[in-house]
Amino acid sequence: MSLFRTCPDSGFYFHKSAESLMKANAVAAAVSLLVAGVLALGVVLTRWQEVHLLDASTFYMVLTAHGINALIFWIIFFEIAILYFASSTLLRCRLAAPRWAWTAFILMLVGAIMNNVAVFQGNSSVMMTSYVPMQAEPHFYLGLILFAVGALIGIFVFFGTLVIAKDENTYEGSVPLVTFGGVTAAIIAVFTIAGGAIILVPTFLWSVGYISHIDAQMYRVVWWVLGHSSQQVNVATHVAVWYLIAGVVFGARPMSEKVSRAAYLLYIFFLQLACAHHILVDPGISSEWKVFNTSYAMYLAVLASMIHGLTVPGAIEVAQREKGYTKGLFEWLRKAPWGNPVFSGMFISLVTFGFIGGITGVVMGTEQINLIIHNTIYVPAHFHATVVTGTTMAFMSLTYLLIPALFRRKVFMPTMAKLQPFVFGGGMVIMILFLLGAGTMGVSRRHWDMDFTGALLNFEYAGIAYTMVAIGSIGGVLAIVGGAMYLLVTVGSLLFGEKLEPSAGFLQSFGKPLDASCYRSGDAGRALAAPKPVEEHGSAGFEAPGTFALALLLLVTFIVYYFINWKYLASVWQLG
Amino acid sequence: MTSYLPPSDRIWWKVPVGREEVVWIALALTWCLIMFLMMPYWHIYGKQNLSNEAYQTTPAKFGSRVEDMIKAHKVSEEKGIPVVHPPAGSDVYMLGRLWQWWPILELEKDKSYRLHLSSMDWQHGFSIQPINVNLQVIPGYEMVITVTPDKAGEYGVVCNEYCGIGHHTMLGKIYVKE
Ligand code: HEM
Ligand SMILES: [Cu+2]
Ligand SMILES: [Cu+2]
Repeated sequence: MSLFRTCPDSGFYFHKSAESLMKANAVAAAVSLLVAGVLALGVVLTRWQEVHLLDASTFYMVLTAHGINALIFWIIFFEIAILYFASSTLLRCRLAAPRWAWTAFILMLVGAIMNNVAVFQGNSSVMMTSYVPMQAEPHFYLGLILFAVGALIGIFVFFGTLVIAKDENTYEGSVPLVTFGGVTAAIIAVFTIAGGAIILVPTFLWSVGYISHIDAQMYRVVWWVLGHSSQQVNVATHVAVWYLIAGVVFGARPMSEKVSRAAYLLYIFFLQLACAHHILVDPGISSEWKVFNTSYAMYLAVLASMIHGLTVPGAIEVAQREKGYTKGLFEWLRKAPWGNPVFSGMFISLVTFGFIGGITGVVMGTEQINLIIHNTIYVPAHFHATVVTGTTMAFMSLTYLLIPALFRRKVFMPTMAKLQPFVFGGGMVIMILFLLGAGTMGVSRRHWDMDFTGALLNFEYAGIAYTMVAIGSIGGVLAIVGGAMYLLVTVGSLLFGEKLEPSAGFLQSFGKPLDASCYRSGDAGRALAAPKPVEEHGSAGFEAPGTFALALLLLVTFIVYYFINWKYLASVWQLG
Repeated sequence: MTSYLPPSDRIWWKVPVGREEVVWIALALTWCLIMFLMMPYWHIYGKQNLSNEAYQTTPAKFGSRVEDMIKAHKVSEEKGIPVVHPPAGSDVYMLGRLWQWWPILELEKDKSYRLHLSSMDWQHGFSIQPINVNLQVIPGYEMVITVTPDKAGEYGVVCNEYCGIGHHTMLGKIYVKE
């Protein structure tokens, strides 16, 4: 008989072992974010040419560690916690094989530490992409491989839990949309890790001398199978988090289950192996393949994101209108709980992901336009809009929900929590916009010195490029302050937040269960809300005009910006 | 019921879809198709495209072709780096190595050249500034792309693929003469 509790405030079901695992993974994620954030300070204060804090070799080491800790460790630890939540909690089911889940956690932890050790020893400043033939120490690759194996086990625990839930009939009908999003993410993650194994295992063997040569072009093609699909895992997951938050905060239901689920399926079918947009200006790859692979002839993955971009706020709008916020196009949005960081963070995530991350991504992923963007600082600016203001902010919002529900603590320093999404999101948006600008001026990414000190020849960037990098860096510092606020609130809550239920003490926040009296055994109390009769939901014409107007604004912005870039491309040297 | 509970309607796939979603999907799909078609369109009518011409090579092979060009067309030297003025319309070469673009090219305005690029060691990024045209340079591969400079002046070649500690000193030059 498995032990579980139901959170008296949120009604969420927590299987005891799953609960501990979610906590452990979430805490490991937060620690990774802390490391990444401290390193981010070194990165921006060095890129800011007037400050130029670190020397070159430290900068490249710090940048390598920043990318890996943020993009890989923070995000994936958190995603594993979300997968356990989406399966065990939402389906009210015991977690499959908790021992395996702990093995997964420990492998991931060991891998993350090993990789960090390698980077900070100083001989593995190869950036997270570790392009061959530049070589890192063997334990750099081995750490990543162990981490990936751990993550894969975690994913199988997720699938196992789905099977158990189905077998034990813990839910009726289909899995919830949020869980469906988790399934999408998990399926793509399996492909990702397979791609990762195909490239990282040989690279590891090469670093210890068992393989003499790895083709640099082949490496890039296969590495980006991993690199690209992992980003799709992030998108699928943070979209699921958006739906979850819309449901929790507003009681919103999907406008149409059919449309939202179909959009998720498009992710599965059209993202796989779509790595070409990272290698558009590489030799040895034909234009036909690039054009086809980036778009699959109709950009159906982009279409899917555009659909979610409508249906998530649309669901919120419908729920708000049902509550009586019906004035004009936007009363539902004005009267939304902007003081609640769960909502504000999620909404900033949604808007910045769509308007900045999405649009810039598609534009620079266009075969010919990539010529004027590839490897400039435009690229990190773009993905900070997807993976930072998009994914990271969605996960931060979810944390504010989990502090009371999962950790059973009150949020510590609620005012700081209230401001946090605006400081973090605001700072990040400033950084992103100005670095996008600097990128169009030709400032390169992963570059220590805009002045090219020590170069034999000389080249000078326009003065405005320096200004843009400087303002962008100030935005970056502000974002780091916002990140620190997040960690202060979360760590503060876990350590000092008021306990909402009898606790097992200090370690409760790090994986130890609550006091034994909080748990019950068996299946009692698991019953789900009985399904209501058919709702003709969605068939009533225009239910979300405000959202539709926002979507049109997005489309117009998209079209204008897209053609501006073609026009700019048309002004450079003829190439062919 | 809500997004995180099972759909209340067990046959949710039969529930009709709202009008704004249908309209939005139609608009978005149309836009996606236009974006796709822009790429083949530009291959036919646009003037800035990738070449699709590339060969496998070796550092030794590529290096000796670069040296042949330098021997034949060197006009001067700048800080120890040869400046080469090959005939208009010819094949011109530039190699990337730790941490140098070699040699300096002198081209003529409005003339086309077949530019060959490769790396002697690690990956490099060939980034012509200030026009901001960027190409990936990979050891073992030789990319050939036809360039037609349309403005005279001095252009910097920045390396924008991280290539180790001297990455920021890897700066080359292209002169375009009237
Ligand atoms: C907290 C504030 C943050 C700031 C100020 C910041 C700043 C930066 C900057 C300026 C760069 C580009 C440096 C360069 O190419 O020269 C960079 C790179 C990067 N950042 Fe961040 N970042 C932050 C948070 C994050 C987060 C949360 C993530 C991931 C979820 C992330 C992922 C990355 C990655 C993957 C790179 C690329 C590293 C590489 O080129 O290999 N960053 N960051
Ligand atoms: Cu990608
Ligand atoms: Cu370089």
